[in-house]
Amino acid sequence: MLYTLTKRTFTIKGMHCASCVKILEDSLAKVEGVSSAVVNLATGKATVSYAPEKVTDGLLESAVSSVGYKAIIKDVIEHEDAEKLEKQKELKDLRLKSVFSLIAGGLILWGSFPGLMNTSPLILQNFFVHLLLATPVQFWAGYSFYQATIPALKHRVANMDTLVVIGTTVAYGYSAFVTFFPQLLAPYTLNPIPYFDVSTIIIGLILLGRYFEAKAKAGTSEAIKKLIGLQAKTARVIRSGNEIDIPIELVKINDLIRVRPGEKIPVDGIIMEGQSSIDESMVTGESIPVDKTKGDTVVGATINKTGTFVYKATKVGQETMLAQIIKLVQEAQGSKAPIQRLADLISSYFVPVVIMLAIATFVVWYNFGPSPAFLFAMLNTVAVLIIACPCAMGLATPTAIMVGTGIGAEHGILIKDAESLETAHKIDTIIFDKTGTLTKGKPEVTDIIPLNSSVILSERSESKDPVKELLRLVASLEKGSEHSLAEAIVKKAEEKKLALSKVEAFKAIAGHGVEGNINLKGERIKGGGIRIILGNRKLMEKEGVRLDSGQERRIEKLEQEGKTVMMLATRPYTLSPIPSTLLGLIAVADTIKDSAIEAIANLQKMGIEIALITGDNKRTAQAIAKKSGIKRVLAEVLPDQKEEEVRKIQKEGKKVAMVGDGINDAPALAAADVGIAMGTGTDVAIEAADITLVNKDLKSVAAAINLSKKTMRTIKLNLFWAFGYNVILIPVAMGVLYPFAKILLNPIFASLAMATSSISVVANSLLLKRYKI
Amino acid sequence: MTADKLIVTIFGLTAIIFTYWFFLMKKEEEAVAASDSIDISVKGGYSPEVISLKKGKTTKLNFIRKDPSSCLEEVVLPDFKIRKTLPLNQKLTIEITPKRTGEFDFACGMNMFHGKIVVRD
Repeated sequence: MLYTLTKRTFTIKGMHCASCVKILEDSLAKVEGVSSAVVNLATGKATVSYAPEKVTDGLLESAVSSVGYKAIIKDVIEHEDAEKLEKQKELKDLRLKSVFSLIAGGLILWGSFPGLMNTSPLILQNFFVHLLLATPVQFWAGYSFYQATIPALKHRVANMDTLVVIGTTVAYGYSAFVTFFPQLLAPYTLNPIPYFDVSTIIIGLILLGRYFEAKAKAGTSEAIKKLIGLQAKTARVIRSGNEIDIPIELVKINDLIRVRPGEKIPVDGIIMEGQSSIDESMVTGESIPVDKTKGDTVVGATINKTGTFVYKATKVGQETMLAQIIKLVQEAQGSKAPIQRLADLISSYFVPVVIMLAIATFVVWYNFGPSPAFLFAMLNTVAVLIIACPCAMGLATPTAIMVGTGIGAEHGILIKDAESLETAHKIDTIIFDKTGTLTKGKPEVTDIIPLNSSVILSERSESKDPVKELLRLVASLEKGSEHSLAEAIVKKAEEKKLALSKVEAFKAIAGHGVEGNINLKGERIKGGGIRIILGNRKLMEKEGVRLDSGQERRIEKLEQEGKTVMMLATRPYTLSPIPSTLLGLIAVADTIKDSAIEAIANLQKMGIEIALITGDNKRTAQAIAKKSGIKRVLAEVLPDQKEEEVRKIQKEGKKVAMVGDGINDAPALAAADVGIAMGTGTDVAIEAADITLVNKDLKSVAAAINLSKKTMRTIKLNLFWAFGYNVILIPVAMGVLYPFAKILLNPIFASLAMATSSISVVANSLLLKRYKI
Repeated sequence: MTADKLIVTIFGLTAIIFTYWFFLMKKEEEAVAASDSIDISVKGGYSPEVISLKKGKTTKLNFIRKDPSSCLEEVVLPDFKIRKTLPLNQKLTIEITPKRTGEFDFACGMNMFHGKIVVRD
């Protein structure tokens, strides 16, 4: 017998040599029904032709695994596609059924509504035609309601569908009975007419509502789909000198990967050669492209803009930053907000209570209602069953949480769970860690003050600017030092592109500073240049350098600003024509981040008290606090005491957020009501943090709190709507207003209200998307 | 009160009591112990509804959704921070490793259908 052959290509994991190819090809070819199998080592893929009737994915998988490899036949993308197709099919089905029901319902209504029916063709006024139209609606379009209700009843569970089934079956059953046996009901009702319009239009409207609800709900999980879609599919790996494109699943740690302009960076790694500007906005939310060069880390799924570079993979698969972000967002969306507890409790009793209320409605209307009592009783019972909307309550919180955490992720704000998102809106105090959080964490040159320009500027000077020349001298001297302050000075000189001079006889004087010989104006000394010293006040005293009162004041002022001041002077040298003089001052400090002042001001505007916590001395801490506008300072706090300080403030009755790097201050982050960690490198899964800012932007602290406030407002509005709707409209449907105002709810309007109710909750959650961070 | 009204009243009261008993006085099912993995059929609810797991042991929960109703299309295990869409008529495996003992509810996306995971030592 001839089979139609199917050709399929899939990825194989674990291949490393040419012999693997043979083993795999043999093993795949042995599967009954496989006519050919070709395995490509370079691409890591197998292409198999087979008879689909005989060969399943499972057989191929086990053939591959039997020889020690792993076949990835269905990857995530395919799974996503299948899910999408299924959803589309469901939507199409819902649309068709609701349109059919509404048309049938409309025709029945035309042929039965008093005043309107006279305009309809006679055939539409026939009850049997109504029955003919209503039956497919009830059992074909409405099949899904029965399909959901019957198995649920076996579990003794009632849901939304149960209510629809009871309501519409009552209306349909009564109508069918009237159609066949009108004379039997004559004694009870004045005019026995069927209500097929009720059953059909209810089904039509509820299906239509589900259609829109399903469409809207897809929007709530868009963020995660976007993140998954960011993943690159292939990588250009350099192996034994050749560049080959391989599927991303096969990239291994330490692989060298080449990325060209405009391409997506496949996995996380470190640049080995080349440089480029990289757009990381899709992953970190950082909007400005970042310049990167050798030694810098790159993040998978970001876009290389300008240059070509080669980098070494350091994180692959589930370890990459993108994979971690996806996992974190998925987890947050799977968690439950405490505010949902009440809704959960109510929804577990809701449907049975509505059924009991509906029965009571029937009994009361039958016993005490106006004539025809049976008709009133039945229609009101149906209205009660149909108006009740448990879905809105169930959707109120999770949809808002999904949208809220999704928006956060898009802007580099990763929220660990729904509870963190909920707590963040109550925060009234924020403690910022100083070093590395509020400040850059690396000292920088802040002031360069030449005090003796005539000595600094020699005929050999590189520039005529005493500031530049002073920096050049200091940097030349510090080039040989390993001190962290020296690094800052050399970096500053490099930034200004200053050519450093050679220093001879360099010497570091521990606790004091450095000295060395350098070319300067005046007499050359043995070995060349003049001997200069750079260091603190102690060094100057030791070397007999005199400071006048004006210089003293300048130094003190700088120190009060939290800066470390270094002094450059010539060293008194025997026979030197130049007396020992102070040449200039250079101040170095850990500077606050550019975004800090604005970020703090924003938070204070929101009425949040800000505190600064640091292990540094009070003067430095005060200086930073003053600059950034912070009033409360917790200085000289050892790392292990930070947690205690957080608890102290909590005892004042405050809801405290702690912002830190998540490494040194993990216990403090964990102790705070909300721990906020600034992202470091490619590691986003910071255990102690409730919120991780991968965009490393201090302004995002306020953004995260605002997002929490917005999300909570949406949830509260949703819950208020969902509860209020049921609390008000169920009694109306029961007819409580009838004795006073003769108001009753037509079951058709009940179904319209019900369908709108759950859509409005989802739509309100989607409105959150319009919130600009 | 006429006979028909009396009948409707008695019938109605009985129906209310029956509804209460049927839905709200349901006895919890016996927990089904899972070893390495357990299949959970999703049709009008979860069967088995109550699953007992061992603390610290990784167990595969294989959800097989046979119910086309959109109510059951998602399963949420809030304590394990898991929310998954269940493809119709396919197996979806969720691996969990419970770290503490206790009872942990799971439910559909709209919290209408419930199941429970009981973690024992």
